[in-house]
Amino acid sequence: MDSELILKGVYFAYDRQWCLEEIDFELKKGEIVGMIGPNGSGKSTLLKIMDGLLKIHKGEILLLNKPMSSYIRGDIARRIAMVPQESTFRFPFSVFEVVLMGRFPHLGLFPFEGKEDLEIARQSMQITDTLDLAGRSIHELSGGEKQRVLIARALTQRAQIILLDEPTSFLDIRHKVEIFEIISSLAETQGLSVVIVSHDISLAAQYCHRIVLLNKGSVFKTGEPAEVITADNISTVYQCPVLVDKNPISKTPRVTILSKRGEAEKEKP
Amino acid sequence: MKGNKNQARLPSPPDIRLRLSRWRTGKAWRTGTSGQGITPLKVIYTGLILTGVLVIITFVSLSLGPAKISLRDVLAWVTGFRPVDQTAWMILFKIRLPRILLAGLVGFTLSLGGVVFQALLRNPLAEPFILGVSSGAAVGAIIGIVFGLGFTFGVPLLSFMGALFTILLVMGISSRHGGLESSTLLLTGVIVNAFFTAVIMFFISTTSDARLHSMLFWLYGDLSQSKYVQLSICLPLILIVSCIIYFFSRHLNLIVGGEKSALQMGVEVELLKWVSFLGISLITGVVVAFSGIIGFVGLIVPHLMRMFLGPDHRQLIPASALGGAVFLIAADTLARTIISPSELPVGVITAFLGAPFFIYLLKARGIQWTQS
Repeated sequence: MDSELILKGVYFAYDRQWCLEEIDFELKKGEIVGMIGPNGSGKSTLLKIMDGLLKIHKGEILLLNKPMSSYIRGDIARRIAMVPQESTFRFPFSVFEVVLMGRFPHLGLFPFEGKEDLEIARQSMQITDTLDLAGRSIHELSGGEKQRVLIARALTQRAQIILLDEPTSFLDIRHKVEIFEIISSLAETQGLSVVIVSHDISLAAQYCHRIVLLNKGSVFKTGEPAEVITADNISTVYQCPVLVDKNPISKTPRVTILSKRGEAEKEKP
Repeated sequence: MKGNKNQARLPSPPDIRLRLSRWRTGKAWRTGTSGQGITPLKVIYTGLILTGVLVIITFVSLSLGPAKISLRDVLAWVTGFRPVDQTAWMILFKIRLPRILLAGLVGFTLSLGGVVFQALLRNPLAEPFILGVSSGAAVGAIIGIVFGLGFTFGVPLLSFMGALFTILLVMGISSRHGGLESSTLLLTGVIVNAFFTAVIMFFISTTSDARLHSMLFWLYGDLSQSKYVQLSICLPLILIVSCIIYFFSRHLNLIVGGEKSALQMGVEVELLKWVSFLGISLITGVVVAFSGIIGFVGLIVPHLMRMFLGPDHRQLIPASALGGAVFLIAADTLARTIISPSELPVGVITAFLGAPFFIYLLKARGIQWTQS
């Protein structure tokens, strides 16, 4: 398979201290990679680096076999779409207008969207179940609705790589599953490559082809979900006792948190 | 792929497959067309309406003043229906018209600056003076007045130099690694403003003769010294900067959602910030040099337009600019007629009318500007 995005020996520091060290990463066409790790392990930073938003201090990034630095922002935006963790709109843009902004990198000098752009935006909204919200102000939406709108905006960008930073954190279970369904369908049918940061390890295990487990700024383990998501690995990295068994339906690893209370219950005769 | 089997058994999000198949085949379906977004037609429509209002207010303003000249006469002379009364013609075209046109240009520039700065700084209180342009210009102007320079060239020149110096100072302080940080920019502006205000107060306290009156008038905004030559200096600059800014209007839409997010979607954020801050500060400096400090226009008009037309800058920018022109022409007409034959500084009118009107709108319609 073709490699869409390659990171080789990437180092990055916000201040004096390395925030990411010796990161090697490869994203293939049509692949869904889940990125997991505790808070502050560098997941979001790594995602920003993949999008070329942060300048790395060592190593190199290749986007479609060309160095990231050889692209201008507009070129990157046509190839990589990002769903941020959160986005604040200071003005009351309507949902449709926000989604339509995804067409920005595709517009030429004429600053207005054409019929085709409107259609693409409408389709993205249909997919993410946000069409009913079209006329509403972005300020009136709930956290989950807003997140779906941002995903619609990223789809409207029609990029071959989509990076999602905890896209499911505010979503209810139905929409959480839907987002993963959409992503995996797009990867299968359109050959979209996806990197998704998620705190829902079990769900990520069901949908991702590969899992990258980050710990304190470096890759702890990477590989297929069943290889990476083991009780040992997860307990060590997250410093929280867990039980990992198999999801009875999908046969993918399933993580159960061992709480103190749970332990106590078990002790009871 | 392993996905397929799981999906069949999931407590189905039912229509995803259907939706996706439609997406793939690109079949159109028409539902929920509300919130269509901005079309060129809408922008032209809004522009035409506001231009109409601008023309009307210009003619009304031409006919008002200490010398009574009726609107009908003005129209008849302009369209060539009736022979022109020479004295009246002189009053109209040597005194009133340049002043009206300058008021229009100043209003245009200040509101344009307001709308752009509010977007770039993502701050509802932003206005074109927020980076200290006004106080820098004021120090220049007051030095000019102290040295007894004329109001056609001397004072404006010094004032413009003051404005330019301030912009370069503020932008120089806040730039780091070639980037402009918005919050630093804002703070630097506030501090520079405070420093220059102290300088202004010093000059005011140490001046006691007739020059004091000139200073105070300048500080509250005064259009009584308008001449055609000033227009010919302002106009080309303002036109060039407006065109550049309008080219960036859809970039501004994105920057409202955060600089990182705009960068991600393909906006060259730093370029946009440098060009806009510099361009706007430049034309603000030029108009302030000729008009003095006219507050409130740059703050109120963009908010007003946003309340009625929505936040899309492709429509908001031309609407605010034209609206600013209308607003300031109206305010200046009041300033020169309300206590005729004497005059008020126009800044007094803009604040006196603007503040209550704005508060009314705020209460009645809500400012639609939230943190989330």
